[in-house]
Amino acid sequence: MRGGQIPILQIGPTLLATVHVELRDAVADAFQEDVLAAIERSGATGLVVDISGLDMVDTYVARILAETGRMAKLMGTDAVLVGIRPEVAATLVRMGYGMEGVRTALNLDDGLALLGHVLPVR
Amino acid sequence: MATTQAVHRMEVGDEDDIIAVRRRAREIAEHHRFDTFATAALTTATSELARNIVVHGGGHGRAVIEEISEGARIGIRITFEDDGPGIADIDRVMRGGFSTARSMGLGVSGSRRLVDEFLIESTPGSGTKVMVCKWKRF
Repeated sequence: MRGGQIPILQIGPTLLATVHVELRDAVADAFQEDVLAAIERSGATGLVVDISGLDMVDTYVARILAETGRMAKLMGTDAVLVGIRPEVAATLVRMGYGMEGVRTALNLDDGLALLGHVLPVR
Repeated sequence: MATTQAVHRMEVGDEDDIIAVRRRAREIAEHHRFDTFATAALTTATSELARNIVVHGGGHGRAVIEEISEGARIGIRITFEDDGPGIADIDRVMRGGFSTARSMGLGVSGSRRLVDEFLIESTPGSGTKVMVCKWKRF
């Protein structure tokens, strides 16, 4: 099973990927490729990856997420990682991995605001 | 002296086993009502050390999860053992200096910072054993 397990939605100029399942290695690798393909296809200028559904992020998944952000940046798309839970933030920093070089925001709203892409108010 | 209340032995040979072991560790931590920080720390250390068996430990080993108590304290002790090539320079591994294709070289050294007790033994040619313990906070 490869690809398509993590939905990637387009909202205006922004791609939104919501990681809501435990990331198996193969899914994490496929996710990285899916995001980059979606950036090329859509011409999105921003990428928000929401990991509020993850109760654990080990160094393998952390590396995939940080790499994905850097790869998106190389393609000209600003990436923001949002929704890191308190226990996940504490665990990553204690392990010595503070996700340096990755832009982060508390939640989806703040992430979109950081990109300058604000959802229209109805 | 800690007393062992229950023992869970699991084989670790592939990624499915990594997931199974860390899930079991989480279930046991939640069963004993460890707080979310301690639960995430133990689960993450478990993922790193189980992955270490699969990636560096010759691809096969065992994880033994023990529910332990010492007086009123409740703890979870997990021992990861493989029959792989062993580690020639443990100090270097513990400094987090190794960077590999599948991790950032922080897996083992980072795990030590997530637990209350950490023990690593390795003999080149006869495998590696890592023991971690996390105590429940009151």
